Amino acid sequence: MQFPSLTPTDPLLRIDRVTKRFGAHRAVDDVSLDLAAGEFLCLLGPSGCGKSTLLRLIAGFETPDAGAIMLGGEDLARQPPHRRPVNMMFQSYALFPHMSVAQNLAYGLQGLGLSRVEITERVQRLLRLVKLEGFEARRPDKLSGGQRQRVALARALAREPRLLLLDEPLGALDRALREETQGELRAIQRRLGTSFVVVTHDPEEAMALADRIVVMDRGRILQAGPARDLYEHPATRFVAGLLGDVNLIAGTLGLEDGATRGVHTAFGCLRALPSLALADAAAGTAVVIALRPERLQLGTGDNTLSGTLVDAAYLGDRVRRQIRMTDGTMLRASASLPGNPGDAGIGQSISLGFAPDAAWILPA
Amino acid sequence: MTAFNRLALTLGLGFLYAPIAVLVVYSFNDSRLVTVWSGFSTRWYGVLFNDGPLLASALASLKVAALSATIAATLGTLAALALDRHGRFTGRGAFTGLLYAPMVMPEVITGLSLLLLFVGIEMERGIPTIVIAHATFGTGFVAVVVGARLKGLDRSLEEAAADLGAGPIRVFFTVTLPLLAPSLAAGFLLAFTLSLDDLVIASFVSGPGATTLPMRLYSQVRLGVNPEINAASTLLVAAVSLVVLCASWLSARKGGTTAV
Repeated sequence: MQFPSLTPTDPLLRIDRVTKRFGAHRAVDDVSLDLAAGEFLCLLGPSGCGKSTLLRLIAGFETPDAGAIMLGGEDLARQPPHRRPVNMMFQSYALFPHMSVAQNLAYGLQGLGLSRVEITERVQRLLRLVKLEGFEARRPDKLSGGQRQRVALARALAREPRLLLLDEPLGALDRALREETQGELRAIQRRLGTSFVVVTHDPEEAMALADRIVVMDRGRILQAGPARDLYEHPATRFVAGLLGDVNLIAGTLGLEDGATRGVHTAFGCLRALPSLALADAAAGTAVVIALRPERLQLGTGDNTLSGTLVDAAYLGDRVRRQIRMTDGTMLRASASLPGNPGDAGIGQSISLGFAPDAAWILPA
Repeated sequence: MTAFNRLALTLGLGFLYAPIAVLVVYSFNDSRLVTVWSGFSTRWYGVLFNDGPLLASALASLKVAALSATIAATLGTLAALALDRHGRFTGRGAFTGLLYAPMVMPEVITGLSLLLLFVGIEMERGIPTIVIAHATFGTGFVAVVVGARLKGLDRSLEEAAADLGAGPIRVFFTVTLPLLAPSLAAGFLLAFTLSLDDLVIASFVSGPGATTLPMRLYSQVRLGVNPEINAASTLLVAAVSLVVLCASWLSARKGGTTAV
């Protein structure tokens, strides 16, 4: 599909201040988002955060109450789903149970003005793409979960869309298969150059797949960026907690010292990097320090804390320790095995430290 | 199973099916007298198949059943679609009530009101009026059966078809209808049997020359039961049982896997 009006710098998809209400509930609330051609984007959030509704708005199964959705510079508002140059892979896969695999794949190719031979060829190419050669005649109910997932992907790709929407594409697969399929999905996306928008509630999956993650909650976008930005520099406590385990230490903002800033906590003054939202915040503002367990190290550091070791669990690739602080709060420290200093026993006191640039100050 | 349960089951089944069993057994009676057993014979089936008027009314019944069930299947499916897909339209409650009313209404009332209608619009009574009358209550049954299946249908299948470029009409004929086919067939067969064994409504709305099989049997019984009636009734029971079995098998089956 060609978009003559599209210049290379324009986004492929532009979502401009879109709102969707269901009764009094705002499922999608004033959301704006741009997607570049060839980008792999993940919409991440808990269930009910509006990510699936946003996907259905793009596909055309819902109509926005306000705002515009532009694809390749064209407004999609008046186009019904069957006229949109966008395809979707459904969470339930939605394979037609009364059709064979080949008929499922060919369904979207009919009505494109292709000859029977061309359709057969393209079905074969799709089967090769998802490694399902020889399964043409099977009915969906005679396929395994992983095979069904691949048929659904191939069917959604059949019309060679510039933009593919995937609703929890790996949700129904078991863990081992999911990791393998993540790799395949990335490889196919890179090979075809199609833009992917994936909806998921699994942070690990979002991080494994996406060029850019968009975190949503209650119909709004909280933060968007590459996985690393979101993990290391979350904008809010919610984002910090969603992307992985995090220690939160409450305190009040102190003085600036170069790039870092002091925070007065129950454990003395600790230094960390302030988030953007706090760049001009006055001293005394209530804040939290967000600290990933793997950045909290045994021994002393620029910031030093001490507490009592409550538990140490050996997890194969790392050891996870729980430390009770003097005020009763629990911190978690995760250390990879080599280079571990001599272990304190359970119940003994322990010193912990972290570098100022390993922690991040967030609004409380 | 306890002794009590076994007894209850025997009595229950006996209560329901003993009359039919007697009917079937006596249809193979050689005697001209219905209540005297004089030996096994299929002679009454022979007589039956040479009885011109009876065969004519059997044919009329089949014709009425096929026509009215076809109309009922079409209208019932459309009604079920409207109820399932159009949310809360004005008059939805009234529509639902009117659709299901003929199923619960006493047949005498349905028959009488249809007769008044046909007389009122000066429609000549005969096979067409019986077809219309039977389609009226058949539609409700089809709507119930098809509606149940629609409710269980995964909407994302139709969305997927639309997403793959199919317009509403293509979606309906390539996805919705094939997935509804088993329940549609079940509904059709249900309407077919209900039409086949209806006596009351048909009696109200039929005219001269239009006699269905139940009407013929009933009028003959009034002159006295003869073994030929037993034979005809046995065949009717067999036909209805077969159709009902087909219908329940179709609606119990997971529709999608074998429908084409």
